[in-house]
Amino acid sequence: MSDDHSESASAMADGPSSPLGDGNGTVLGSDIQAKIGQHLRAMYDDVVRQGVPDRFMDLLSKLDKADTTSGEGGGRK
Amino acid sequence: MSKFDPTLRDEIIAAIPNLRAFAISLSGSVDRADDLVQETLLRAFANISSFRPGTNLPAWLFTILRNLFRSEYRKRRREVPDSDGAFAATLTSNPDQNTHLDFEDFRAALDQLPSDQREALVLVGASGFSYEEAADICQCAVGTIKSRVNRARKRLGEMLALDDASDFGPDKTTRAVLAAERT
Repeated sequence: MSDDHSESASAMADGPSSPLGDGNGTVLGSDIQAKIGQHLRAMYDDVVRQGVPDRFMDLLSKLDKADTTSGEGGGRK
Repeated sequence: MSKFDPTLRDEIIAAIPNLRAFAISLSGSVDRADDLVQETLLRAFANISSFRPGTNLPAWLFTILRNLFRSEYRKRRREVPDSDGAFAATLTSNPDQNTHLDFEDFRAALDQLPSDQREALVLVGASGFSYEEAADICQCAVGTIKSRVNRARKRLGEMLALDDASDFGPDKTTRAVLAAERT
């Protein structure tokens, strides 16, 4: 995959293990990294907590019925 | 074609909230995300025989969703998310002002990441996949995922640190860029 080649090339170029904030004098502490993790999860979990919208339950019910019908030769409701 | 296994069905349902959250982070739109999830469920159902029982069902579903998004993406570029960002539209809680401002900064920063870095960061940092699972989902090497996550964290850290430090010595360019992102 050409994407992967360019990816690893640039990964080597800027060094994946280079210290955070290296080069511009900015100190990027672990508190900021912790905050990033918290925000990311909070954002994501807010969607997860909404559960399964009705449209998907309806869809699965329809798929279930269709599967039962075609799988057993049709006719059954 | 065997009848749809009820256990598998339950596991698929259990994965839907996570699929939605991932889809929102990919597509930048709640509506598109739900369409993506729907298409993923249809694909999963049609190809359920190719799923090997006992293997990682969530990872299999995430892979389908990501592939669908990627093939769609080739046809039409990522839609420009609304100014508040897709996640904002889904926020149900009402965080206090400080937290809210933090969120704004974070979302603005997240939106600026290249999509492959954002995707890797979300899979590992929020969906809870291992680097190996994320590499399977993104069909790339584990090292590639690690470097994407590292760069995403580094980039976010830089953007948020500059933002935090602005009280002491504002980096006007960065402030302007971030402000422009929000409007």
